[in-house]
Amino acid sequence: MLGLSLAVPVAGAALIVLLRRSPNAREAASLVTAGALFAIVLRVHAAVSGGGRPSLVLAEPIPGIPIALEAEPLGVLFALIASFLWIVTTMYSIGYMRGHREKHQTRFYLFFAFAIASAMGVAFAGNLFTLFVFYEVLSLTTFPLVTHAGTEKAKRAGRVYLGVLLTTSIALQLLAIVWTYAITGTLDFQDGGILSGRAAGAVVPVLLGLYVFGIGKAAVMPFHRWLPAAMVAPTPVSALLHAVAVVKAGVFAVLKVTVYVFGIDFLAGAGASVWLMWVAAATIILGSLVAFTKDNLKARLAYSTVSQLSYVVLGAMLANSWGVIGGGMHIAMHAFGKITLFFCAGAIMVAAHRSEVSQLGGLGRRMPVTFAAFFIGTLSIVGLPPTGGAWSKWFLGVGSLEAGQVGLVAVLMLSSLLSLAYLMEIPLKGFFGKAEAGDRGDHGHDHAHGHPPGILRWSMAAIVTTAVGCVVLFIHPEPFHRLMTMVTGQ
Amino acid sequence: MSAHLPILQVVVPLLAAPLCAFLRNARAAAVIAVLASWATLAVALSLLGDVMSAGVISYEIGDWAPPLGIEYRVDIVNAWVLVIVSTIASVVAPYMITSVEDEVERRRIPLFHAAYLLCLAGLLGITITGDVFNVFVFLEISSLSAYALIAMGTRRRALTAAFRYLVMGTVGATFIVIGIGLLYVMTGSLNMADLAVLLPEVWDSRTVKVAYGFLGVGCCLKLALFPLHLWLPNAYAFAPSAVTAFLASTATKVAVYMLLRFFLTIFGAPFSFGVMGLDRVLLPLALAAVVTMSLVAIFQVDVKRLLAYSSVAQIGYMVLGLSFASVTGLTATLLHLFNHALMKGALFMAMGCVVYRIGSVHIDAMAGLGKRMPWTMAAFVVGGLSLVGVPLTVGFVSKWFLILGALERGWWPVAVVVLLASVLALVYVWRVVEAAYFRPAGGDEGTREAPWRLLVPTWVLVGANLYFGIGAARTARVAERAAEVLMTGVGP
Repeated sequence: MLGLSLAVPVAGAALIVLLRRSPNAREAASLVTAGALFAIVLRVHAAVSGGGRPSLVLAEPIPGIPIALEAEPLGVLFALIASFLWIVTTMYSIGYMRGHREKHQTRFYLFFAFAIASAMGVAFAGNLFTLFVFYEVLSLTTFPLVTHAGTEKAKRAGRVYLGVLLTTSIALQLLAIVWTYAITGTLDFQDGGILSGRAAGAVVPVLLGLYVFGIGKAAVMPFHRWLPAAMVAPTPVSALLHAVAVVKAGVFAVLKVTVYVFGIDFLAGAGASVWLMWVAAATIILGSLVAFTKDNLKARLAYSTVSQLSYVVLGAMLANSWGVIGGGMHIAMHAFGKITLFFCAGAIMVAAHRSEVSQLGGLGRRMPVTFAAFFIGTLSIVGLPPTGGAWSKWFLGVGSLEAGQVGLVAVLMLSSLLSLAYLMEIPLKGFFGKAEAGDRGDHGHDHAHGHPPGILRWSMAAIVTTAVGCVVLFIHPEPFHRLMTMVTGQ
Repeated sequence: MSAHLPILQVVVPLLAAPLCAFLRNARAAAVIAVLASWATLAVALSLLGDVMSAGVISYEIGDWAPPLGIEYRVDIVNAWVLVIVSTIASVVAPYMITSVEDEVERRRIPLFHAAYLLCLAGLLGITITGDVFNVFVFLEISSLSAYALIAMGTRRRALTAAFRYLVMGTVGATFIVIGIGLLYVMTGSLNMADLAVLLPEVWDSRTVKVAYGFLGVGCCLKLALFPLHLWLPNAYAFAPSAVTAFLASTATKVAVYMLLRFFLTIFGAPFSFGVMGLDRVLLPLALAAVVTMSLVAIFQVDVKRLLAYSSVAQIGYMVLGLSFASVTGLTATLLHLFNHALMKGALFMAMGCVVYRIGSVHIDAMAGLGKRMPWTMAAFVVGGLSLVGVPLTVGFVSKWFLILGALERGWWPVAVVVLLASVLALVYVWRVVEAAYFRPAGGDEGTREAPWRLLVPTWVLVGANLYFGIGAARTARVAERAAEVLMTGVGP
């Protein structure tokens, strides 16, 4: 089953190439693959919920360090989110890519499938080495997606993207991994952590720092620059990869390392994560502040992501079960919220050709569904009921108090206010702002540029799905909460 | 027959060489070269198998008993190096046929193959022999033929490059023979095993220490340790492509082996690390090689030169492993001998394909080649990833052991330097990738993919990069056992 979770997207990729002559069949193949993958992950979920830990060894590059998969609750949570949202994003892409008349669409769907396969590898990695391998493969397979446009700007962004991600992972993360191996003689993820009781003193905070910064995909400042750079990619890429699969792979790795390599009790006892709590807190606040200054919608969302990712890092660094539960749930909640926002941004770009916040005045009256969805997504990111984001913020707040860090509660509150301010501006402007002069034409509805309206319907369905998802997660967060309590053993 | 394997290892290419020269027929010479190379691989593999199961093999030439007679002595260490050299030879020899037709004057082709076989015989001889003077003899055989091979490059600068290599190489060889002479003066023996027994009695003598210095400098010149590397970049850049691929993957590796043999087997690890402080001398040199040469490589515009500087940096990794003075460090060194041979072989062969089609490896001339020569450039990308040390390639495996060795000694800054140097490697590999894939093609529209006769051998090595990167258990085990032999001094 675990093998299938890698094989299905790769087979899907092959199918996509085979069917390249017929776009309809190609996209159908993408959708079917995504559906099949989600079904497989559900099966894995069922097995893990029943207390099982399915595992599989793929190869053994270095004696004693295999490439092995093993499903555990945290990985299942990540895999569920990534595979479900892949279905939705594929629906969305069909409308977006055709509506936007992007070139090289086969290449796009191909690398998309590869990226998902690597994300599954990250989710089900059974040891640090496997995690590292799939983490690197994910960087490499998303590179063609970032530079998809092929313009000079896209190439420059691609350089920053690969440069930051590969440099941090090779120079810091790999060092941390080998160091861990030198100390413990193993790289397997184990309940309670492998370093627990084997390392002591100043090594622990340094090693943890190497992991947190070395996992560049978590975008902890100052290694966050790749994320705004990646926004040159087509919007579906920004939506699924740079709001869900890639960035969540980063924070997921941080959580996983905290829980299964260090062990939260060991970290809390050593006090090794306190300095990183404040690094994460600084990223949360600074990311929000930078988001304020961005007029470009996608850039603003990107910095919002930088800020939100550090919530998960913070949850991990709190090193108590509330923090870990909050962090894990935030992976899910933020995924639904942020992907909705990106979908809306893309819809606005395709339908109305607007990319700057200041140009959005009055547009909400012409695109009411899109802007309503944006509103719901905003609520979830800010953490207000009735959306799922409320739960993860709640647990993170409790975790901060439990760790005795009242200051962090203040940071969380402040950041919520900031994100409320910079995100709410958009729906407010859309619904109540003045339309720009000379903009009385009916761009929003007639799709005057000749796309058949049926295609955009696919995109709208995707937007509605994720927006409804945000609300459903408020009413019914139970599945994710239960997985996380299995992780912490509460 | 199998009792005579050790001598066949050297004699087959040594006798095939004059055959090539006398035949005067390019095709026939090429076939002989290929067959002889494959024969050496078969011999080397069966020797390794024998040594792994039955232990050290000793072969007395002409039945003259050592220490007076010349002894060939095979243990895991040199069986391993023999496999490396003959593997590369077996892959490069078929490649050479087509590549050389394009790059070397037609009437010289039989002589070219003869020189190649002599060089191969010399390298295998250095590796297999258990007699120090015999090392010198084979060193001269391999070096002289290497100078000739390099001088056959198409550009006139190949001549000056070969001459420069000749001067430096001769200095190195002279240093080595002086060192050997001093050892003979002190012990009266030239047999390695014998020397290893006799030397500890005269450890305190200044003559022995001077001999140690001469041998060390001589070997380091041959293996191009920074700052004694100056002959290497031009020699590699101007030699015919197949020669570069062959020498880059074998000659420096054998020189590293020579260094290990002299310092760890003959003098012994206790003398090298305890008395002479070898680790403290080599560590800064190796680090300087890794960092400065990677930086220099970034600024090269000729890709063969770029790879040549990268080779000097990679040799730094091998010496670095030695300077850790531990089994893990030596495992890294021995693994990297093999792994670097695979990756540099693949990269230089890919460049040979480019030369075959467009006649240049200037980075600007390679713009847009990713579309026109997809297989060639894909080979370069995989080889490049291996050079950087991306997981699932062989480069990662050697780097893993190297970093592990550094951390075992508690030298974490060294580990950091090694990792940063990987990032530098990423930069110089990236420059080529960017030119080939992201720049619009200029120049001749009609450029086609290289012929399969070049691509197949190239991809054999590329495949080996991946195969031994995904499943390094076997190579790592051999390297580890060889490292133990070297550290404990059990062996010849």
